[in-house]
Amino acid sequence: VTAPRQAGTPAVVIGIGNEFRRDDGAGPAVVTRLRGQVPAGVELLITDGEPVRMIEAWAGAEVAVIVDAVRAEPAVPGRLHRLVLHRPGNSGARPVSSHGFGIDEAIGLALALDRMPGRLIVHAVEAADLGQGVGLSPAVAAAVDVLAAAVLRDLTGPGQRG
Amino acid sequence: MSHKHDRTLFTSGLARVEGEGAMYVRVTGSRVDEVRLDIYEPPRFFEAFLRGRSYTEPPDITARVCGICPVAYQTSACHAIEDACGARLDGPLADLRRLLYCGEWIGSHALHIYMLHAPDFLGYPGAVEMAAEHRDVVERGLALRRAGNAIMELLGGRSIHPVNVRVGGFYRAPSAAELAPLARRLRDALPLAQDTARWVAGFDFPDFTCPHELLALSDPGRYPIERGTLVTSGGLAFTAAEFEQHVIEEQVPHSTALHARLAGNGQAGDGRYMTGPLARYTLNSGSLPPLAAEAAAEAGLGPSCRNPFRSIVVRAVEVICAIEEALRIIGEYRPPARPAVPVTPRAATGYGVSEAPRGVLYHRYELDSGGIIRSARIVPPTSQNQPAIEDDLRRFVQARLDFDDARLTSACEQAIRNYDPCISCSTHFLDLRVDRR
Repeated sequence: VTAPRQAGTPAVVIGIGNEFRRDDGAGPAVVTRLRGQVPAGVELLITDGEPVRMIEAWAGAEVAVIVDAVRAEPAVPGRLHRLVLHRPGNSGARPVSSHGFGIDEAIGLALALDRMPGRLIVHAVEAADLGQGVGLSPAVAAAVDVLAAAVLRDLTGPGQRG
Repeated sequence: MSHKHDRTLFTSGLARVEGEGAMYVRVTGSRVDEVRLDIYEPPRFFEAFLRGRSYTEPPDITARVCGICPVAYQTSACHAIEDACGARLDGPLADLRRLLYCGEWIGSHALHIYMLHAPDFLGYPGAVEMAAEHRDVVERGLALRRAGNAIMELLGGRSIHPVNVRVGGFYRAPSAAELAPLARRLRDALPLAQDTARWVAGFDFPDFTCPHELLALSDPGRYPIERGTLVTSGGLAFTAAEFEQHVIEEQVPHSTALHARLAGNGQAGDGRYMTGPLARYTLNSGSLPPLAAEAAAEAGLGPSCRNPFRSIVVRAVEVICAIEEALRIIGEYRPPARPAVPVTPRAATGYGVSEAPRGVLYHRYELDSGGIIRSARIVPPTSQNQPAIEDDLRRFVQARLDFDDARLTSACEQAIRNYDPCISCSTHFLDLRVDRR
Protein backbone atom coordinates (compact mmCIF):
# COMPACT_ATOMS: atom_id res chain seq x y z
CA VAL A 1 0.00 0.00 0.00
CA THR A 2 1.57 3.23 -1.05
CA ALA A 3 0.15 5.27 1.83
CA PRO A 4 -2.27 4.87 4.71
CA ARG A 5 -5.82 5.39 3.48
CA GLN A 6 -7.58 8.52 4.65
CA ALA A 7 -10.80 8.05 6.60
CA GLY A 8 -13.89 9.01 4.63
CA THR A 9 -12.35 8.33 1.23
CA PRO A 10 -15.25 7.67 -1.12
CA ALA A 11 -13.46 5.12 -3.26
CA VAL A 12 -10.26 3.19 -3.48
CA VAL A 13 -8.85 1.20 -6.39
CA ILE A 14 -6.48 -1.56 -5.37
CA GLY A 15 -4.24 -3.25 -7.91
CA ILE A 16 -3.02 -6.55 -6.54
CA GLY A 17 0.03 -8.26 -7.88
CA ASN A 18 3.73 -8.40 -8.54
CA GLU A 19 5.24 -6.88 -11.65
CA PHE A 20 8.10 -9.40 -11.46
CA ARG A 21 5.74 -12.33 -11.98
CA ARG A 22 4.61 -11.57 -15.55
CA ASP A 23 0.80 -11.44 -15.73
CA ASP A 24 0.56 -11.08 -11.95
CA GLY A 25 1.50 -7.48 -12.75
CA ALA A 26 -1.89 -6.87 -14.42
CA GLY A 27 -3.46 -5.25 -11.34
CA PRO A 28 -0.57 -2.83 -10.80
CA ALA A 29 -0.53 -2.09 -14.57
CA VAL A 30 -4.21 -1.09 -14.48
CA VAL A 31 -3.63 1.17 -11.47
CA THR A 32 -0.68 2.78 -13.24
CA ARG A 33 -2.86 3.32 -16.32
CA LEU A 34 -5.51 5.00 -14.16
CA ARG A 35 -3.17 7.60 -12.67
CA GLY A 36 -4.45 11.09 -13.46
CA GLN A 37 -7.73 9.72 -14.81
CA VAL A 38 -9.81 8.96 -11.73
CA PRO A 39 -12.20 11.43 -10.10
CA ALA A 40 -10.94 13.54 -7.20
CA GLY A 41 -10.99 11.69 -3.90
CA VAL A 42 -10.38 8.27 -5.42
CA GLU A 43 -7.28 6.63 -4.05
CA LEU A 44 -5.10 4.39 -6.18
CA LEU A 45 -3.09 1.72 -4.41
CA ILE A 46 -0.85 -1.16 -5.39
CA THR A 47 -0.41 -4.06 -3.00
CA ASP A 48 0.88 -7.60 -2.92
CA GLY A 49 -2.53 -8.91 -1.81
CA GLU A 50 -1.57 -9.69 1.76
CA PRO A 51 -4.98 -9.73 3.50
CA VAL A 52 -4.17 -7.41 6.39
CA ARG A 53 -2.94 -4.75 3.97
CA MET A 54 -6.05 -5.25 1.85
CA ILE A 55 -8.30 -4.72 4.83
CA GLU A 56 -6.42 -1.60 5.86
CA ALA A 57 -6.64 -0.34 2.29
CA TRP A 58 -10.39 -0.67 1.94
CA ALA A 59 -11.76 -0.28 5.48
CA GLY A 60 -14.04 2.75 5.64
CA ALA A 61 -14.26 3.26 1.87
CA GLU A 62 -17.69 3.57 0.31
CA VAL A 63 -16.53 1.67 -2.77
CA ALA A 64 -13.46 -0.51 -3.18
CA VAL A 65 -12.49 -1.76 -6.62
CA ILE A 66 -9.93 -4.54 -6.81
CA VAL A 67 -8.04 -5.50 -9.94
CA ASP A 68 -6.19 -8.80 -9.93
CA ALA A 69 -4.87 -11.53 -12.16
CA VAL A 70 -6.26 -15.01 -11.62
CA ARG A 71 -5.19 -18.47 -12.53
CA ALA A 72 -7.96 -20.46 -14.17
CA GLU A 73 -8.09 -24.01 -15.46
CA PRO A 74 -8.62 -24.15 -18.34
CA ALA A 75 -7.53 -20.57 -18.85
CA VAL A 76 -8.61 -18.15 -21.53
CA PRO A 77 -5.83 -15.59 -21.10
CA GLY A 78 -7.19 -12.07 -21.03
CA ARG A 79 -10.75 -13.15 -20.23
CA LEU A 80 -12.31 -10.76 -17.72
CA HIS A 81 -14.51 -11.39 -14.73
CA ARG A 82 -16.35 -8.86 -12.59
CA LEU A 83 -17.86 -9.65 -9.22
CA VAL A 84 -19.80 -7.27 -7.02
CA LEU A 85 -20.54 -7.63 -3.34
CA HIS A 86 -23.29 -5.24 -2.30
CA ARG A 87 -23.34 -4.52 1.38
CA PRO A 88 -20.93 -7.34 2.05
CA GLY A 89 -21.58 -9.18 5.21
CA ASN A 90 -25.30 -9.62 4.69
CA SER A 91 -25.31 -12.13 1.88
CA GLY A 92 -22.52 -14.47 2.84
CA ALA A 93 -21.52 -14.49 -0.85
CA ARG A 94 -17.82 -14.59 -1.50
CA PRO A 95 -16.01 -14.38 -4.79
CA VAL A 96 -14.32 -17.52 -5.91
CA SER A 97 -10.60 -16.95 -5.97
CA SER A 98 -7.56 -19.06 -6.57
CA HIS A 99 -5.81 -17.27 -3.75
CA GLY A 100 -5.48 -19.41 -0.66
CA PHE A 101 -4.28 -16.42 1.29
CA GLY A 102 -5.57 -13.50 -0.64
CA ILE A 103 -8.81 -11.80 -1.53
CA ASP A 104 -11.09 -14.47 -0.15
CA GLU A 105 -9.25 -14.59 3.15
CA ALA A 106 -9.13 -10.79 3.29
CA ILE A 107 -12.90 -10.69 2.80
CA GLY A 108 -13.46 -13.35 5.44
CA LEU A 109 -11.26 -11.53 7.89
CA ALA A 110 -12.82 -8.15 7.13
CA LEU A 111 -16.29 -9.62 7.64
CA ALA A 112 -15.26 -11.05 11.00
CA LEU A 113 -13.71 -7.74 12.02
CA ASP A 114 -16.46 -5.54 10.54
CA ARG A 115 -14.06 -3.79 8.20
CA MET A 116 -15.65 -4.27 4.79
CA PRO A 117 -16.14 -1.36 2.40
CA GLY A 118 -19.70 -0.36 1.53
CA ARG A 119 -19.40 -2.04 -1.85
CA LEU A 120 -16.66 -4.28 -3.15
CA ILE A 121 -16.07 -4.84 -6.85
CA VAL A 122 -13.50 -7.36 -8.01
CA HIS A 123 -12.15 -7.28 -11.56
CA ALA A 124 -10.15 -10.34 -12.47
CA VAL A 125 -8.23 -11.13 -15.62
CA GLU A 126 -7.22 -14.67 -16.47
CA ALA A 127 -3.45 -14.98 -16.69
CA ALA A 128 -1.37 -16.83 -19.24
CA ASP A 129 2.01 -16.69 -17.55
CA LEU A 130 2.77 -16.30 -13.85
CA GLY A 131 6.43 -17.23 -14.10
CA GLN A 132 9.28 -15.04 -12.98
CA GLY A 133 9.99 -12.11 -15.22
CA VAL A 134 8.69 -8.72 -16.19
CA GLY A 135 6.14 -7.85 -18.84
CA LEU A 136 2.56 -8.98 -19.44
CA SER A 137 1.61 -11.64 -21.99
CA PRO A 138 -0.03 -10.15 -25.12
CA ALA A 139 -3.55 -11.24 -24.16
CA VAL A 140 -3.30 -9.74 -20.68
CA ALA A 141 -1.55 -6.60 -21.90
CA ALA A 142 -4.42 -6.09 -24.34
CA ALA A 143 -6.88 -6.33 -21.46
CA VAL A 144 -5.27 -3.56 -19.39
CA ASP A 145 -7.04 -0.70 -21.21
CA VAL A 146 -10.34 -2.54 -21.13
CA LEU A 147 -9.96 -3.14 -17.41
CA ALA A 148 -8.99 0.47 -16.74
CA ALA A 149 -12.12 1.63 -18.60
CA ALA A 150 -14.26 -0.82 -16.65
CA VAL A 151 -12.87 0.46 -13.36
CA LEU A 152 -13.59 4.04 -14.44
CA ARG A 153 -17.18 3.05 -15.21
CA ASP A 154 -17.46 1.60 -11.71
CA LEU A 155 -16.24 4.87 -10.26
CA THR A 156 -18.24 7.26 -12.40
CA GLY A 157 -21.01 5.41 -14.19
CA PRO A 158 -24.68 4.99 -13.33
CA GLY A 159 -23.94 1.85 -11.38
CA GLN A 160 -21.65 3.79 -9.11
CA ARG A 161 -24.29 4.15 -6.45
CA GLY A 162 -25.72 0.68 -7.05
CA MET B 1 -6.02 -46.21 9.58
CA SER B 2 -4.08 -49.29 8.72
CA HIS B 3 -0.35 -48.90 8.42
CA LYS B 4 0.27 -52.17 6.75
CA HIS B 5 0.35 -50.57 3.31
CA ASP B 6 2.35 -47.73 1.86
CA ARG B 7 0.94 -44.28 2.07
CA THR B 8 1.74 -40.94 0.60
CA LEU B 9 0.87 -37.48 1.76
CA PHE B 10 1.05 -34.79 -0.82
CA THR B 11 0.03 -31.21 -0.38
CA SER B 12 0.46 -29.27 -3.59
CA GLY B 13 -0.01 -25.93 -1.95
CA LEU B 14 0.69 -25.23 1.66
CA ALA B 15 -1.82 -23.04 3.41
CA ARG B 16 -0.66 -20.20 5.57
CA VAL B 17 2.91 -20.10 4.44
CA GLU B 18 4.04 -17.16 2.38
CA GLY B 19 3.94 -18.12 -1.25
CA GLU B 20 3.93 -21.43 -3.00
CA GLY B 21 5.08 -24.78 -1.84
CA ALA B 22 4.34 -28.46 -1.87
CA MET B 23 5.01 -31.16 0.62
CA TYR B 24 5.57 -34.82 -0.18
CA VAL B 25 5.86 -37.52 2.46
CA ARG B 26 6.11 -41.22 1.62
CA VAL B 27 5.68 -43.87 4.27
CA THR B 28 6.49 -47.51 3.61
CA GLY B 29 5.18 -49.81 6.29
CA SER B 30 6.25 -48.23 9.55
CA ARG B 31 9.10 -46.23 8.10
CA VAL B 32 9.12 -42.72 6.68
CA ASP B 33 11.35 -43.15 3.69
CA GLU B 34 11.02 -39.88 1.88
CA VAL B 35 10.19 -36.31 2.81
CA ARG B 36 10.41 -33.47 0.35
CA LEU B 37 9.49 -29.88 0.63
CA ASP B 38 9.13 -28.52 -2.85
CA ILE B 39 9.80 -24.89 -3.01
CA TYR B 40 9.78 -22.38 -5.74
CA GLU B 41 11.94 -19.46 -4.98
CA PRO B 42 12.37 -16.11 -6.66
CA PRO B 43 15.83 -14.90 -5.55
CA ARG B 44 17.51 -16.82 -8.39
CA PHE B 45 15.50 -14.83 -10.87
CA PHE B 46 16.54 -11.61 -9.19
CA GLU B 47 20.21 -12.63 -9.30
CA ALA B 48 19.96 -12.79 -13.09
CA PHE B 49 17.80 -9.68 -13.28
CA LEU B 50 20.40 -7.64 -11.36
CA ARG B 51 23.31 -8.41 -13.70
CA GLY B 52 24.15 -5.38 -15.84
CA ARG B 53 22.26 -2.96 -13.60
CA SER B 54 23.69 -0.09 -11.60
CA TYR B 55 25.04 -0.51 -8.06
CA THR B 56 22.32 1.90 -6.90
CA GLU B 57 19.48 -0.37 -7.97
CA PRO B 58 19.58 -3.52 -5.77
CA PRO B 59 17.84 -1.97 -2.74
CA ASP B 60 14.79 -1.12 -4.86
CA ILE B 61 14.81 -4.23 -7.00
CA THR B 62 15.50 -6.82 -4.32
CA ALA B 63 12.90 -5.29 -1.99
CA ARG B 64 10.40 -6.65 -4.48
CA VAL B 65 11.47 -10.22 -3.82
CA CYS B 66 9.24 -10.19 -0.76
CA GLY B 67 6.41 -7.91 0.32
CA ILE B 68 6.65 -9.33 3.83
CA CYS B 69 10.35 -8.61 4.34
CA PRO B 70 11.45 -5.91 1.88
CA VAL B 71 13.62 -4.14 4.46
CA ALA B 72 15.69 -7.28 4.95
CA TYR B 73 16.43 -7.43 1.23
CA GLN B 74 17.17 -3.72 1.07
CA THR B 75 19.46 -3.85 4.07
CA SER B 76 21.51 -6.87 3.04
CA ALA B 77 21.81 -5.33 -0.44
CA CYS B 78 22.95 -1.97 0.98
CA HIS B 79 25.48 -3.64 3.27
CA ALA B 80 26.97 -5.61 0.39
CA ILE B 81 27.25 -2.66 -1.99
CA GLU B 82 28.60 -0.34 0.70
CA ASP B 83 31.12 -3.06 1.54
CA ALA B 84 32.21 -3.26 -2.11
CA CYS B 85 32.54 0.52 -2.30
CA GLY B 86 34.27 0.97 1.04
CA ALA B 87 31.44 3.08 2.51
CA ARG B 88 30.37 2.77 6.12
CA LEU B 89 27.32 4.01 8.00
CA ASP B 90 27.56 4.93 11.63
CA GLY B 91 25.85 7.17 14.17
CA PRO B 92 22.27 8.18 13.44
CA LEU B 93 22.24 6.71 9.93
CA ALA B 94 23.11 3.26 11.27
CA ASP B 95 20.49 3.76 13.98
CA LEU B 96 17.82 4.69 11.42
CA ARG B 97 18.62 1.52 9.49
CA ARG B 98 18.09 -0.52 12.67
CA LEU B 99 14.89 1.38 13.44
CA LEU B 100 13.45 0.64 10.01
CA TYR B 101 14.37 -3.02 10.41
CA CYS B 102 12.60 -3.09 13.81
CA GLY B 103 9.45 -2.00 11.98
CA GLU B 104 9.75 -4.97 9.65
CA TRP B 105 10.31 -7.41 12.52
CA ILE B 106 7.24 -6.13 14.36
CA GLY B 107 5.02 -6.24 11.28
CA SER B 108 6.25 -9.57 9.93
CA HIS B 109 6.26 -11.36 13.27
CA ALA B 110 2.80 -10.02 14.18
CA LEU B 111 1.46 -11.31 10.87
CA HIS B 112 2.99 -14.73 11.37
CA ILE B 113 2.04 -15.10 15.03
CA TYR B 114 -1.57 -14.02 14.66
CA MET B 115 -2.60 -14.78 11.11
CA LEU B 116 -0.54 -17.84 10.25
CA HIS B 117 0.70 -19.71 13.30
CA ALA B 118 -1.67 -19.17 16.26
CA PRO B 119 -4.65 -20.82 14.48
CA ASP B 120 -2.63 -24.07 14.50
CA PHE B 121 -2.34 -24.04 18.27
CA LEU B 122 -5.95 -23.03 18.89
CA GLY B 123 -7.47 -25.55 16.51
CA TYR B 124 -8.75 -23.20 13.82
CA PRO B 125 -8.31 -23.79 10.10
CA GLY B 126 -7.16 -20.20 9.70
CA ALA B 127 -7.21 -16.63 10.92
CA VAL B 128 -10.71 -15.99 9.54
CA GLU B 129 -12.24 -18.67 11.74
CA MET B 130 -10.12 -17.56 14.68
CA ALA B 131 -11.23 -13.94 14.19
CA ALA B 132 -14.88 -14.98 14.29
CA GLU B 133 -14.45 -16.28 17.84
CA HIS B 134 -11.55 -14.20 19.13
CA ARG B 135 -12.00 -10.83 17.54
CA ASP B 136 -10.20 -9.01 20.34
CA VAL B 137 -7.15 -11.22 19.93
CA VAL B 138 -6.97 -10.69 16.19
CA GLU B 139 -7.47 -6.94 16.66
CA ARG B 140 -4.47 -6.95 18.99
CA GLY B 141 -2.40 -8.64 16.30
CA LEU B 142 -3.51 -6.11 13.71
CA ALA B 143 -2.69 -3.23 16.05
CA LEU B 144 0.82 -4.61 16.52
CA ARG B 145 1.25 -5.02 12.81
CA ARG B 146 0.14 -1.44 12.24
CA ALA B 147 2.73 -0.22 14.75
CA GLY B 148 5.43 -1.97 12.73
CA ASN B 149 4.02 -0.63 9.48
CA ALA B 150 3.98 2.89 10.94
CA ILE B 151 7.77 2.73 11.34
CA MET B 152 8.14 1.47 7.80
CA GLU B 153 5.86 4.14 6.39
CA LEU B 154 7.64 6.95 8.21
CA LEU B 155 11.18 5.84 7.44
CA GLY B 156 10.70 3.77 4.32
CA GLY B 157 8.04 5.93 2.70
CA ARG B 158 5.63 3.01 2.58
CA SER B 159 5.30 -0.39 4.16
CA ILE B 160 5.65 -2.60 1.12
CA HIS B 161 8.60 -2.02 -1.14
CA PRO B 162 9.86 0.97 0.86
CA VAL B 163 11.18 3.67 -1.44
CA ASN B 164 13.20 5.90 0.88
CA VAL B 165 16.11 3.49 1.29
CA ARG B 166 19.22 4.01 -0.82
CA VAL B 167 22.75 2.74 -0.88
CA GLY B 168 24.58 4.79 1.78
CA GLY B 169 21.46 5.55 3.85
CA PHE B 170 18.20 7.27 2.96
CA TYR B 171 16.89 9.81 0.49
CA ARG B 172 15.54 11.78 3.42
CA ALA B 173 16.12 11.48 7.18
CA PRO B 174 13.28 12.30 9.59
CA SER B 175 13.45 15.12 12.12
CA ALA B 176 13.24 14.29 15.83
CA ALA B 177 9.77 15.87 15.87
CA GLU B 178 8.61 13.51 13.15
CA LEU B 179 9.68 10.52 15.22
CA ALA B 180 7.86 11.67 18.38
CA PRO B 181 4.38 10.43 17.34
CA LEU B 182 5.98 7.12 16.40
CA ALA B 183 7.34 6.79 19.93
CA ARG B 184 3.86 7.33 21.36
CA ARG B 185 2.48 4.68 19.07
CA LEU B 186 5.21 2.22 20.02
CA ARG B 187 4.67 2.85 23.72
CA ASP B 188 1.01 1.96 23.16
CA ALA B 189 2.06 -1.18 21.28
CA LEU B 190 4.44 -2.40 23.98
CA PRO B 191 1.79 -3.79 26.37
CA LEU B 192 0.10 -5.47 23.40
CA ALA B 193 3.39 -7.19 22.61
CA GLN B 194 3.80 -8.24 26.23
CA ASP B 195 0.25 -9.63 26.26
CA THR B 196 1.09 -11.48 23.05
CA ALA B 197 4.08 -13.18 24.67
CA ARG B 198 1.97 -14.27 27.64
CA TRP B 199 -0.78 -15.50 25.33
CA VAL B 200 1.43 -17.67 23.11
CA ALA B 201 3.44 -18.96 26.08
CA GLY B 202 0.22 -20.64 27.25
CA PHE B 203 -0.22 -22.71 24.09
CA ASP B 204 0.38 -26.47 24.13
CA PHE B 205 3.61 -27.37 22.38
CA PRO B 206 4.42 -30.83 21.04
CA ASP B 207 7.51 -32.30 22.66
CA PHE B 208 10.02 -31.94 19.87
CA THR B 209 13.68 -31.02 19.78
CA CYS B 210 15.62 -29.77 16.83
CA PRO B 211 19.17 -31.18 16.88
CA HIS B 212 20.53 -29.06 14.06
CA GLU B 213 23.45 -26.70 14.25
CA LEU B 214 22.26 -23.12 14.62
CA LEU B 215 23.43 -20.14 12.56
CA ALA B 216 22.72 -16.53 13.42
CA LEU B 217 24.31 -13.14 13.44
CA SER B 218 26.08 -11.79 16.47
CA ASP B 219 26.27 -8.07 17.21
CA PRO B 220 28.21 -7.66 20.44
CA GLY B 221 26.27 -5.95 23.20
CA ARG B 222 22.91 -6.07 21.46
CA TYR B 223 20.45 -8.45 19.87
CA PRO B 224 21.34 -8.94 16.18
CA ILE B 225 18.85 -7.41 13.79
CA GLU B 226 20.19 -5.39 10.87
CA ARG B 227 23.89 -6.24 11.07
CA GLY B 228 26.48 -8.50 12.62
CA THR B 229 28.95 -11.25 11.95
CA LEU B 230 28.04 -14.92 11.78
CA VAL B 231 28.27 -17.48 14.55
CA THR B 232 27.11 -21.07 14.90
CA SER B 233 26.25 -23.26 17.85
CA GLY B 234 29.15 -25.48 16.77
CA GLY B 235 31.60 -22.70 17.52
CA LEU B 236 32.18 -21.27 14.05
CA ALA B 237 32.58 -17.50 13.75
CA PHE B 238 32.97 -15.78 10.39
CA THR B 239 32.26 -12.60 8.49
CA ALA B 240 29.82 -12.01 5.65
CA ALA B 241 32.77 -12.12 3.25
CA GLU B 242 33.50 -15.68 4.42
CA PHE B 243 29.89 -16.87 4.17
CA GLU B 244 30.36 -18.87 0.98
CA GLN B 245 33.40 -20.62 2.44
CA HIS B 246 31.23 -21.93 5.26
CA VAL B 247 27.86 -22.37 3.58
CA ILE B 248 27.68 -24.52 0.48
CA GLU B 249 24.60 -24.42 -1.73
CA GLU B 250 23.57 -27.43 -3.78
CA GLN B 251 20.90 -28.08 -6.35
CA VAL B 252 18.45 -30.81 -5.42
CA PRO B 253 16.16 -32.38 -7.99
CA HIS B 254 12.80 -31.62 -6.36
CA SER B 255 13.18 -27.92 -5.84
CA THR B 256 14.09 -24.79 -7.73
CA ALA B 257 15.66 -23.58 -4.50
CA LEU B 258 19.22 -24.53 -3.70
CA HIS B 259 19.77 -26.41 -0.47
CA ALA B 260 22.39 -25.00 1.87
CA ARG B 261 24.66 -26.96 4.17
CA LEU B 262 27.66 -26.17 6.29
CA ALA B 263 31.04 -26.86 4.73
CA GLY B 264 32.69 -29.87 6.37
CA ASN B 265 29.20 -30.89 7.45
CA GLY B 266 29.35 -28.87 10.65
CA GLN B 267 29.30 -30.10 14.19
CA ALA B 268 26.33 -32.43 13.70
CA GLY B 269 28.08 -34.20 10.83
CA ASP B 270 25.21 -33.88 8.35
CA GLY B 271 25.70 -30.26 7.29
CA ARG B 272 22.13 -29.33 8.22
CA TYR B 273 21.67 -26.14 10.09
CA MET B 274 18.90 -23.84 11.10
CA THR B 275 18.61 -20.09 10.96
CA GLY B 276 15.78 -17.88 12.20
CA PRO B 277 14.22 -17.03 15.55
CA LEU B 278 15.33 -20.16 17.46
CA ALA B 279 18.92 -19.77 16.28
CA ARG B 280 18.97 -16.04 16.94
CA TYR B 281 17.53 -16.49 20.38
CA THR B 282 19.69 -19.42 21.42
CA LEU B 283 22.89 -17.72 20.27
CA ASN B 284 21.97 -14.26 21.54
CA SER B 285 19.48 -14.52 24.41
CA GLY B 286 21.98 -12.82 26.71
CA SER B 287 21.81 -9.69 24.54
CA LEU B 288 18.06 -9.13 24.73
CA PRO B 289 17.02 -5.73 26.06
CA PRO B 290 15.47 -5.79 29.56
CA LEU B 291 11.74 -6.07 28.83
CA ALA B 292 12.26 -8.73 26.17
CA ALA B 293 14.52 -10.68 28.53
CA GLU B 294 11.87 -10.40 31.23
CA ALA B 295 9.17 -11.65 28.84
CA ALA B 296 11.37 -14.56 27.76
CA ALA B 297 11.90 -15.58 31.36
CA GLU B 298 8.20 -15.23 32.15
CA ALA B 299 7.40 -17.37 29.11
CA GLY B 300 9.75 -20.06 30.43
CA LEU B 301 12.12 -19.94 27.49
CA GLY B 302 15.43 -20.30 29.34
CA PRO B 303 18.71 -19.32 27.69
CA SER B 304 18.14 -21.55 24.66
CA CYS B 305 15.15 -22.87 22.75
CA ARG B 306 15.35 -25.86 20.42
CA ASN B 307 11.67 -26.72 20.02
CA PRO B 308 10.59 -25.29 16.64
CA PHE B 309 6.96 -25.20 17.84
CA ARG B 310 8.03 -22.66 20.45
CA SER B 311 9.32 -20.36 17.73
CA ILE B 312 6.01 -18.50 18.11
CA VAL B 313 7.09 -17.59 21.66
CA VAL B 314 10.50 -16.46 20.47
CA ARG B 315 8.86 -14.31 17.79
CA ALA B 316 6.66 -12.71 20.44
CA VAL B 317 9.76 -11.96 22.54
CA GLU B 318 11.46 -10.52 19.47
CA VAL B 319 8.51 -8.21 18.86
CA ILE B 320 9.06 -6.80 22.37
CA CYS B 321 12.78 -6.54 21.63
CA ALA B 322 12.10 -4.63 18.40
CA ILE B 323 9.71 -2.22 20.11
CA GLU B 324 12.19 -1.62 22.94
CA GLU B 325 15.02 -1.05 20.49
CA ALA B 326 12.88 1.27 18.35
CA LEU B 327 11.95 3.32 21.41
CA ARG B 328 15.59 3.51 22.52
CA ILE B 329 16.71 4.68 19.07
CA ILE B 330 13.97 7.29 18.84
CA GLY B 331 14.76 8.49 22.38
CA GLU B 332 18.45 8.98 21.56
CA TYR B 333 17.93 10.25 18.02
CA ARG B 334 19.75 13.30 16.68
CA PRO B 335 19.21 13.84 12.96
CA PRO B 336 22.24 12.98 10.83
CA ALA B 337 24.18 15.77 9.12
CA ARG B 338 23.16 14.28 5.77
CA PRO B 339 20.66 11.55 4.90
CA ALA B 340 23.24 9.33 3.17
CA VAL B 341 26.99 8.89 3.03
CA PRO B 342 28.61 9.10 -0.41
CA VAL B 343 29.09 5.71 -2.05
CA THR B 344 31.56 5.79 -4.94
CA PRO B 345 31.63 2.69 -7.09
CA ARG B 346 34.79 0.73 -7.70
CA ALA B 347 35.66 -2.66 -9.11
CA ALA B 348 35.18 -4.89 -6.09
CA THR B 349 33.02 -7.56 -4.53
CA GLY B 350 30.96 -6.77 -1.45
CA TYR B 351 29.15 -8.95 1.06
CA GLY B 352 26.18 -8.20 3.30
CA VAL B 353 24.11 -10.03 5.89
CA SER B 354 21.18 -9.15 8.10
CA GLU B 355 18.64 -11.02 10.21
CA ALA B 356 15.46 -11.19 8.16
CA PRO B 357 12.47 -12.18 10.32
CA ARG B 358 12.98 -15.75 9.04
CA GLY B 359 16.75 -15.83 9.47
CA VAL B 360 20.05 -14.85 7.93
CA LEU B 361 19.81 -13.21 4.52
CA TYR B 362 23.07 -13.06 2.59
CA HIS B 363 23.82 -10.89 -0.47
CA ARG B 364 26.97 -10.65 -2.57
CA TYR B 365 27.55 -8.23 -5.45
CA GLU B 366 30.48 -8.03 -7.82
CA LEU B 367 30.81 -4.54 -9.32
CA ASP B 368 32.95 -3.22 -12.16
CA SER B 369 34.74 0.13 -11.95
CA GLY B 370 31.68 1.94 -13.34
CA GLY B 371 29.40 0.46 -10.69
CA ILE B 372 27.71 -2.04 -13.02
CA ILE B 373 26.76 -5.31 -11.33
CA ARG B 374 28.68 -8.22 -12.85
CA SER B 375 27.19 -10.89 -10.63
CA ALA B 376 24.83 -11.17 -7.69
CA ARG B 377 24.19 -13.87 -5.15
CA ILE B 378 21.27 -13.98 -2.74
CA VAL B 379 20.93 -16.74 -0.14
CA PRO B 380 17.56 -16.44 1.61
CA PRO B 381 16.78 -18.04 4.96
CA THR B 382 14.26 -20.53 3.62
CA SER B 383 16.74 -22.32 1.37
CA GLN B 384 19.09 -22.56 4.33
CA ASN B 385 16.37 -24.04 6.51
CA GLN B 386 14.97 -26.42 3.95
CA PRO B 387 17.12 -29.46 4.86
CA ALA B 388 16.35 -28.87 8.54
CA ILE B 389 12.61 -28.57 7.85
CA GLU B 390 12.65 -31.82 5.88
CA ASP B 391 14.55 -33.58 8.65
CA ASP B 392 12.11 -32.23 11.25
CA LEU B 393 9.23 -33.52 9.16
CA ARG B 394 10.79 -36.95 8.79
CA ARG B 395 11.23 -37.34 12.55
CA PHE B 396 7.91 -35.70 13.31
CA VAL B 397 5.97 -38.00 10.98
CA GLN B 398 7.86 -41.08 12.14
CA ALA B 399 6.69 -40.47 15.70
CA ARG B 400 3.07 -39.93 14.60
CA LEU B 401 2.35 -42.74 12.18
CA ASP B 402 -0.77 -43.60 14.16
CA PHE B 403 -2.39 -40.35 12.97
CA ASP B 404 -4.76 -40.65 10.02
CA ASP B 405 -3.68 -38.92 6.82
CA ALA B 406 -5.69 -35.76 7.35
CA ARG B 407 -4.42 -35.26 10.87
CA LEU B 408 -0.88 -36.09 9.85
CA THR B 409 -0.97 -33.69 6.90
CA SER B 410 -2.27 -30.95 9.14
CA ALA B 411 0.44 -31.67 11.73
CA CYS B 412 3.11 -31.54 9.03
CA GLU B 413 1.86 -28.20 7.80
CA GLN B 414 2.06 -26.86 11.32
CA ALA B 415 5.62 -28.21 11.61
CA ILE B 416 6.52 -26.40 8.40
CA ARG B 417 4.90 -23.17 9.58
CA ASN B 418 7.18 -23.23 12.62
CA TYR B 419 9.82 -21.91 10.27
CA ASP B 420 7.59 -19.24 8.72
CA PRO B 421 9.00 -20.27 5.37
CA CYS B 422 8.92 -17.67 2.68
CA ILE B 423 8.60 -20.29 0.02
CA SER B 424 8.06 -17.94 -2.84
CA CYS B 425 8.33 -14.57 -1.37
CA SER B 426 6.70 -12.57 -4.07
CA THR B 427 3.55 -14.13 -5.32
CA HIS B 428 0.16 -14.53 -3.76
CA PHE B 429 -1.13 -17.50 -5.73
CA LEU B 430 -1.66 -20.60 -3.74
CA ASP B 431 -3.58 -23.79 -4.45
CA LEU B 432 -4.29 -26.32 -1.80
CA ARG B 433 -4.80 -29.93 -2.76
CA VAL B 434 -4.40 -33.10 -0.75
CA ASP B 435 -3.87 -36.37 -2.59
CA ARG B 436 -3.84 -39.68 -0.83
CA ARG B 437 -2.70 -42.80 -2.53
